[in-house]
Amino acid sequence: MHYDQARWADEDRYEPLLIEKRSETVEIDDAPLPAELTRDEITMAAPAEPELARHYTRLSQETYGVDSGPFPLGSCTMKHNPALLERVATDENAAVHPDRPDESVQGTLAVMATLQEWLGRIGGMDAVTLQPPAGAAGEYTGLLIAKAYHERQGEDRTEVVIPDSAHGTNFASAAMAGFDVVELPSGDDGRVNLEALEAAVSEETAALMLTNPNTLGLFERDIETIAEVVHDAGGLVYYDGANLNALLGQARPGDMGFDVMHYNVHKTFATPHGGGGPGAGPVGVREELAPYLPAPHVRETEDGAYERYEPEHSIGKVHGFEGNWLVLLKAYAYVRRLGDEGLADTSAKAVLNANYLAERIDFEVPYGPFHHEFVASAGDRDAANVAKHMLDHGVHPPTTKWPELVEEALMVEPTEAESKETLDLLAAAFDAAGEADADALESAPRRTTARRIDQVEAARSTRLTWQALDEDED
Amino acid sequence: MSFDIPEELRYLDSHEWVRTTDGTARIGISDVAQDELGDVVFVELPDEGEEIDAGDDFAVVESIKAVSDVYAPVAGEVTAVNEALFDQPELINEDPYGDGWLVEVELADPDELASLLTAEAYADEIDS
Repeated sequence: MHYDQARWADEDRYEPLLIEKRSETVEIDDAPLPAELTRDEITMAAPAEPELARHYTRLSQETYGVDSGPFPLGSCTMKHNPALLERVATDENAAVHPDRPDESVQGTLAVMATLQEWLGRIGGMDAVTLQPPAGAAGEYTGLLIAKAYHERQGEDRTEVVIPDSAHGTNFASAAMAGFDVVELPSGDDGRVNLEALEAAVSEETAALMLTNPNTLGLFERDIETIAEVVHDAGGLVYYDGANLNALLGQARPGDMGFDVMHYNVHKTFATPHGGGGPGAGPVGVREELAPYLPAPHVRETEDGAYERYEPEHSIGKVHGFEGNWLVLLKAYAYVRRLGDEGLADTSAKAVLNANYLAERIDFEVPYGPFHHEFVASAGDRDAANVAKHMLDHGVHPPTTKWPELVEEALMVEPTEAESKETLDLLAAAFDAAGEADADALESAPRRTTARRIDQVEAARSTRLTWQALDEDED
Repeated sequence: MSFDIPEELRYLDSHEWVRTTDGTARIGISDVAQDELGDVVFVELPDEGEEIDAGDDFAVVESIKAVSDVYAPVAGEVTAVNEALFDQPELINEDPYGDGWLVEVELADPDELASLLTAEAYADEIDS
């Protein structure tokens, strides 16, 4: 497979801005507003319709997404976003105003209540809120719930324990929720070290945050003991749902002893990441934490209708209304389409694909047995150079240089969505980078729209707007 | 690879150095530290007049690879900060013991210097 990314360049600039292509200045004589609030003229882009269409098509050609090729970014679960979900979310019946009275949006509320129930069943949780707008917002919400719960028990617990291999958002969420972070060193096998955990946990412990399988793709074999140690100290155990794709239909955080968890619907349930739309990070809790969930919450009444209400000790709002509804609707459609068997098949294939790819590539994978993702080592090569070399093969590279437990880490998560042929293509891209000499590695990529990026210059003199480009030229 | 470790300075094993002149201590990060961090892109320094204690994380150095706290080898009041670093963080890479210094403090307790590593002891730390 040969790959060359489109490159629409005008001198040293890629596809120019619309306003640079063709603009018109409009003069305004008498605006019905005070003079200090208005201007006399404005210059706006004035493309013809074909120019407009081509502009956006070219921009899409000059970037790379999961619809361009495989995207094995470890820890991110970049799975295919089925077109069906977009169709469901653009159905006009889904476009309801959030302020409409409950009795006029029973269908919408029924979908929300059903999704709450399904997510609860998938995670082994008793109650679920759909409100948090992202995974990290879910972490923050979960920790606020833990805080409110402890306070109501008359306890002032100030610390959250987090393994050193955890996602960076865990540390940030704990700090934002007002906790002190206690970092837990990993054991030699890449898992939680029970002795270190016992030393870290105390009557100050509000919660332990953990993901399972962990960042190295390893299942925490002592998970029940880990939960017991924290529970015995009076703390709660929080599950970071980032790696839930490995467990779907196979095992449930609730059964392992977790009390609170978040779900990343853009990872596990195939809604778009980032630029594809807003996110959603539902949070599930055990029965005794349910009264603390954000308001409004949706429930089914005794007569079979649906209503919004404020839970008794609610922590309040973490986002507007019931959360990012259309994203949640996509997650609902995904779960509905797959069903129990489909979800279990998803995790089985995600684990199989990761193991097949790891077996195919000529890189050391120091920790195992792993599940839905693995962390290979680039050894004495710079992992960032390996990644840049892979770009020339028309694939997205893995996550690099993290976790730091592995030297020059290449963190790989192919997801269940890729076929054997695509995994072979990925393996070829890995091995080509593995065999490349230093010059080839350091001059890559050569076939992408933007070639070697000067990261140091980009960080030292950051320019985030197109106006800043002009300032720089002055 | 051999690193520059000036004889006349004192060090911490977390790779900070101190140069003292008449009760004032100038503090920076060592050649080893700048090499390990790679290209420095951002520096956060305390304000003049701020009191720092030995062992405090008083500054932050960010490179394209990592964000690192810098620890105070000695206690004292900050009397000067190297403002040139705000525009040219690369001075830390180019001249870690000279133009890449971070802050100057008025020594609270000159006896503290005795507890710091000599160049020789610091070099041994790095080798081990």
